Formats: sequence, C-alpha cells, structure tokens
Amino acid sequence: MTPPRLVVVGTSWGGLDALGVLLGALPRSFPLPIALVQHRGKDADDGLVEVLARRSALPVCEAEDKAPLEPGKVLLAPADYHLLIEAGGCALSIDPLVNHARPSIDVLFESAAQQLGPALIALLLTGSGRDGVEGLKAVKERGGRVLIEDPATAANATLPSAALAALDPDAVLPLGALARYLVNEASHVPPTPAPTRSRA
Amino acid sequence: MDKNEVEDLELDLLVEGVFRRYGNDFRDYARASLRRRIRNMLVDEGLPSISALQERVLHRSEAMERLLLHLSIGVTTMFRDPAFFASFRKNVVPYLHTVPFVRVWCAGCSTGEEAYSMALLLHEEGLLERSRIYATDMNAASVEQAKKGIYPLDSIKEFTANHQAAGGKRPFSEYYTAQYEHAIFKQFLRKNLVFAQHNLAVDASFNEFNVVLCRNVMIYFNANLQERVHELLFQSLRRFGVLAVGRRETLRHTQHERDYEAIDDRERIFRKRG
Repeated sequence: MTPPRLVVVGTSWGGLDALGVLLGALPRSFPLPIALVQHRGKDADDGLVEVLARRSALPVCEAEDKAPLEPGKVLLAPADYHLLIEAGGCALSIDPLVNHARPSIDVLFESAAQQLGPALIALLLTGSGRDGVEGLKAVKERGGRVLIEDPATAANATLPSAALAALDPDAVLPLGALARYLVNEASHVPPTPAPTRSRA
Repeated sequence: MDKNEVEDLELDLLVEGVFRRYGNDFRDYARASLRRRIRNMLVDEGLPSISALQERVLHRSEAMERLLLHLSIGVTTMFRDPAFFASFRKNVVPYLHTVPFVRVWCAGCSTGEEAYSMALLLHEEGLLERSRIYATDMNAASVEQAKKGIYPLDSIKEFTANHQAAGGKRPFSEYYTAQYEHAIFKQFLRKNLVFAQHNLAVDASFNEFNVVLCRNVMIYFNANLQERVHELLFQSLRRFGVLAVGRRETLRHTQHERDYEAIDDRERIFRKRG
C-alpha cells in the first residue's frame, strides 16, 4: 500500500467542534501535512484559524497562495478562496462557488486526488449539503483512502450519509477513532481492522 | 502512461496549440486551477476530452473566445475585501495627496468592479480630478464589458454593503442611475478611468504609476510567471509607489521581496523603497 503523503479534511455544519476533537487528538509529532476545508463565510476576520489553533497541538495556519505542504502542519482554506493542491504545495483560486461554497470541499479533494492519487487520505466529517461527496469519489477512484465520520455520532449526519450512499469508504468511524486511524496510517503501522458500517 | 498522465499531456498540447495559433500564453498558468477550468469547459461544450477541445478551439475562433472566458479571472465585486479599501483610505490616500498627479493601474481588472471602486474612493477623497486610473485585462470581452459600467441591479445590494464597510462617505446610490434592472455608473466616475487590453504574461510596462493593484490575479499563474509579472509590476511603479496584492498572496520568496516595505501587511499593501 502506498504510504500517504497528505491528509485532506472537509466539513461544513458542525465542523468547528468536530475539528476541535480531531485536531486535538493528533499528537504534535504527527508527520503528515493536513489541508482542511471548513465551510465559512466571506469574512476574513471570523477568528476560525485562532479557534482551531487553540485546540490543536499541530500549528494551524490559513493557506497562502503557493505555500508548501509541511509535515505536521495544518493548512486551512481561507475565507472566500478555493484551496487546491498541486505539485509544489497549495494554490488558491477565486473561481465561482462550487456547491454554493467557497472554499469548497470538492475542489480541495478533487485537486488532491489528481495530484497524489493513492498517496492520499481524505476525511469527510459532519455537515449539511453534498459538498465533498464528488471529491471523495475522486479520491477513491485514484486509489486514495476515504474515511467518513460515522453519521450516528456526527453533529449533522447529512453529509456523511450522502457520502456513504455514494461510495464504499475504507472506514466509517467516530471522531476519536478517526484520529487514531490517522496516527496509525502515518506511522506506517497497519491499522487494526476498525468497525465499518455495513450497507444493508 | 496512465489516464492522468495522458490528460496532463493533453493540457500541455492545448496550451501550446493555443499559444501558437492565437498568441495567448497560458503555458505558465498554475496547473490545478487551469485543469479545473478546462474540465468545466469540457462539460459546458459537451466534449469527451481535452484533445477534442483542442480540435474545436484551433479551428473555430468563437471557441477560442469561450476558452478565454473560462480562463479569465474569477469572481469579482465592488469593494471586495472592504477591509483592504478601508486600509487604502487610511494608509495610502495621505501619500496620494502629496503627489502632483495620481496614476493608478488596476492590473487584471476583469469586468471593472475594482477599477470603479478605486474611482469612487478617489472621488470621495477629493483626488479623482487629478488622477488617471488605467484598468487592463487580457480578455477583450471583459474590457468591453468594463467600459460600459453597467451592472445588474441584483448586485447593488452587495456593492452597497461593501462600499459602506470600506468606509464609504456618501450613499452608494449617488454613484449610479438605475435603468431596466441595471445600474449604470455616472459619468463623473468614468471621466478619468481608462480601460484597455493588456496581457501581463506578454506585454511590457506602459507607464510609471503611484499605485498598482494586482489582487488575486497572480494566484492563477505558476511561480515562473509570477516572477515575470512581479518584475513588470516593480518596473511600473515609481519610487515610493504602492503595490497591493490579494489578501492571501505574498511577496515572500519573490525576487523583489526586499525592495518593498509593508504599509499594511495584513491587507498586503506595500511601498516600493527609494
């Protein structure tokens, strides 16, 4: 299995708390870069990056155009920009809304899938709407790993459920277990088989 | 070669073909956003591959017009990032009062909203009479649109709110007349505003400016092209002239980083050192 080189995370409604739990559970020594889209309004001064940084042992910054991806650093999609992944790191765009969102989860996931193929882990957390579902499919198609927050424990089950209806993920887990899964992947230790929701 | 690598190759061939056929140079555009926009165009055109798009574009100039539209700068609005304009009022306008004639360049003006915002701001600060604003874009259709100064009435609400947040001194309604679901900017705002076609990737500098705005344009360029454009912008600025880039763009790691000092780093407003 290809070792992962990047983790991408997407969330909308309810994401603030979910991200606090997820990032809070990752150790300072986490060796992979993380790129993150949280749906947010246009206001650049919404305080999001500060709130997330407080709850995370890993440094959290708003992405700048052409910023490199650095191990153990979290790059947050800035307000009113799309965040994309390319060869040198990240890139920004102010193209129209995708799924009524900018930043859009699909845009991040699709570009990351394009760039990294199997060397990618994508997480879709709580949310409303569908932004992220197509992106997850793209990740899966390119051989990356797809994780979905368990709809049973997610603040808003809409988005995780929509994703589950559209594809077969590698794991469906509550937040704490997602963090453990990531840590295992990052340390190249094969994860213990995690309980996955069967689609009856 | 896998499917992805083939698509990369097709993208290379498309931009090379467009360059040789039409002279528009997209070869150094940032890859991820370029690829996304081309894929959107495939959907719009109902085409199965980038090679099919190349065929259409090389043989039909109307298809090239449509390609240009797809590759033009993204979304724009009046006083986008009101905090930027508020900072401009506070930190740059005093300097502009000290120069005999104010020359502003909006580089990559798209459909003109930023240029009209600047005209409006200069008017409110009593500077418009002795200013000239040059607003340029590589896309002739966008330039034609910008010249008209006509915007949908739907957008006015957002424009008004942004104008206010940017420190607007008069009601926004004083600046336009409404007609047939559209708002038309009044003549006094357009008097000293010149729109023209200019391509940052290939054209040379054309004047020396006190202010250059190039906000959220270079995000669509790769590092090579960004470097060339930074050179152009640097050469186009007078000493102590002001350069403004987009909120999430940086001068760090560019060749002229040390030739500027920050007037407002948060809003990405810089002064060219003497």
